Amino acid sequence: MIAPLMLRGLWAYRGFVFGSVKREFQAKYMNAMLGALWSLLSPLAMIVVYTVIFAEVMHSKLPGAAADARFAYSIYLCAGVLTWGLFAEIIARAQSMFIEQANLIKKISFPRICLPLIVVLNALVNFGIIFGLFTLFLLASGSFPGAVFFAVIPVLAIQLLLALGIGMIAGVLNVFFRDVGQFVTIAMQFWFWLTPVVYPVTILPPEVRELLGWNPMARLVEAYQQVLVKGVAPDWMSLLPVLVLALLLCVLGLRLFRRRAGEMVDEL
Amino acid sequence: MGRIVVSNLGKAYRQYPTRWSRLAEWVLPGGPRHTLKWVLRDISFTVQPGEAVGLIGINGAGKSTLLKLITGTTQPTAGGVHMEGRVAALLELGMGFHPDFTGRQNVFMAGQLLGMTVEEIQQLMPQIEAFAEIGDYMDQPVRVYSSGMQMRVAFSVATARRPDILIVDEALSVGDAYFQHKSFDRIRSFRRHGTTLLLVSHDKQAIQSLCDRALLLDGGRLAKEGLPEEIMDYYNALIAERENATVRLNATPEGRMQTVSGTGEATVADIALLDESGQRVEVVDVGSEVTLEVKVAAKAHIPRMVLGYMIKDRLGQPMYGTNTHLKELPLESVEAGEEVTYRFRFPMNLGPGTYSVATAIVSTETHLVNNYEWRDLALVFTVMNMRRPHFEGSAWLDPVIEIHRP
Repeated sequence: MIAPLMLRGLWAYRGFVFGSVKREFQAKYMNAMLGALWSLLSPLAMIVVYTVIFAEVMHSKLPGAAADARFAYSIYLCAGVLTWGLFAEIIARAQSMFIEQANLIKKISFPRICLPLIVVLNALVNFGIIFGLFTLFLLASGSFPGAVFFAVIPVLAIQLLLALGIGMIAGVLNVFFRDVGQFVTIAMQFWFWLTPVVYPVTILPPEVRELLGWNPMARLVEAYQQVLVKGVAPDWMSLLPVLVLALLLCVLGLRLFRRRAGEMVDEL
Repeated sequence: MGRIVVSNLGKAYRQYPTRWSRLAEWVLPGGPRHTLKWVLRDISFTVQPGEAVGLIGINGAGKSTLLKLITGTTQPTAGGVHMEGRVAALLELGMGFHPDFTGRQNVFMAGQLLGMTVEEIQQLMPQIEAFAEIGDYMDQPVRVYSSGMQMRVAFSVATARRPDILIVDEALSVGDAYFQHKSFDRIRSFRRHGTTLLLVSHDKQAIQSLCDRALLLDGGRLAKEGLPEEIMDYYNALIAERENATVRLNATPEGRMQTVSGTGEATVADIALLDESGQRVEVVDVGSEVTLEVKVAAKAHIPRMVLGYMIKDRLGQPMYGTNTHLKELPLESVEAGEEVTYRFRFPMNLGPGTYSVATAIVSTETHLVNNYEWRDLALVFTVMNMRRPHFEGSAWLDPVIEIHRP
């Protein structure tokens, strides 16, 4: 097993990993007058758009929510949209990470396994900011679910593994078959609307609802919604298959990466 | 520490007939569907700790690929590389510099790419700044830098710590003369402290003044290995080689290797250095009148013949060279079988030392149009100081001294 070697490489280059995460964050906003404020403004704008369009314009109501729960739909929406955002960002960045860093990969010898880690950490920084803001909103509006809130953490962990696995596979394949990148972008849009993020699962006909069990993201998003909207612990047993799938994809991704890393440099 | 062992190294790129064949190879049974295009083959050599080796070859000979394999950027298809000690590679200086960040921030980035931690870089920072000598620019974004300044910073980071093995790829040709000297000095001081050096360059002087040994890569194979001067001569001959030309190596009586190349339609039949009385000499006194006599035998009809010679010192550095084109004495229409005698008379205004003469029989001022014969080390002679007060240097620039004392 080469895994300890990979870990040692990562450890030796930890300075590079953290430095890259910091620099990427800085680079995005350093020439903007409002600076890092933009990292709050853009997701905030997205939430406002969804809330206004669905809650106000289309009068979507969460079935079963109390009539006085003004923020119920917004919270429902955020629980899905924010976590989906993290998932989508990791996959989008991971599928192009090797191609984007082609120059570095071709010319400098460093542990390439740093790249997926940098992608994940970067996405987590962005997610941390917006999710922190969302948590403040929960506290301020008196909708904070209490201790069960921390059940979000293991769900997040599973989701990160799933995103990393898919991202690694897409990233390596994309080097050899550029179609993969195009395909993944389209597939992610379909996947978003095939997951009850914006709409409640109850509007679906029962036959379709059955099929949702095959969508790992539907299970994860449902878990977030359970915790954040209803304040109850997620159904851990329903997440177990997702965890297994995520681990499988990660192993597959790592194996693909290890076997094709050398060829990848030649192809870039 | 500091040893590089390259054994049977080979690199091939996979070539697939169509876009779909790779996918087919990955998912369908039936074995490989690609052909291998070899760019490097059967490369074996060892660089001993503390040794400096130059790597020479025309563009596309595989030098960069070889360096990439040695530094571990690319994976070999065959064979392997074994290295002992800490390696620093000056392959792409300024790689990964981000234009919007300041020089200082980029120093951190570059250092981290070399596997250094923030604390280590902080420790080295004063020294890096001092070596780069770009003053306040260190805290300005790199996009306002000139390419020379960027290169100064990049070189300073890459060489901030003395490595056991230093790999340099032509990087030193950038920057102004002052910084080039400074970076060469740093490399020389690394050498004195025991750093192993692998240097790729087309710069003859760099190879000859820094390296103990040189390797010549040609067509992805190790073509020759030997003293830097021999290899540089052979390399120059190789460049001049025309379709029907051949490059031969003759051993001189002193045991040095003489490179002869060219089409061979005319050849130097005899070459000698004569003193004032017309006697052949091998040792001449500083400042004495000498004649360089060259007999050229034509083997075929030559429409325009030019003879050139170059006197070089022991390191192969040119002292003086000229030809009969520059002196406006070309010969028109030399017939096959004719033997022409050239006599070049001049005072031997060189300092004490051994020198060699290279000859070229061509049709214009360079050997790139028609190279009839190019002969390195055609003649070796020694200059001694027999009658004059001791002086330093390789030129005899004897002054008449006037001193005024009011």
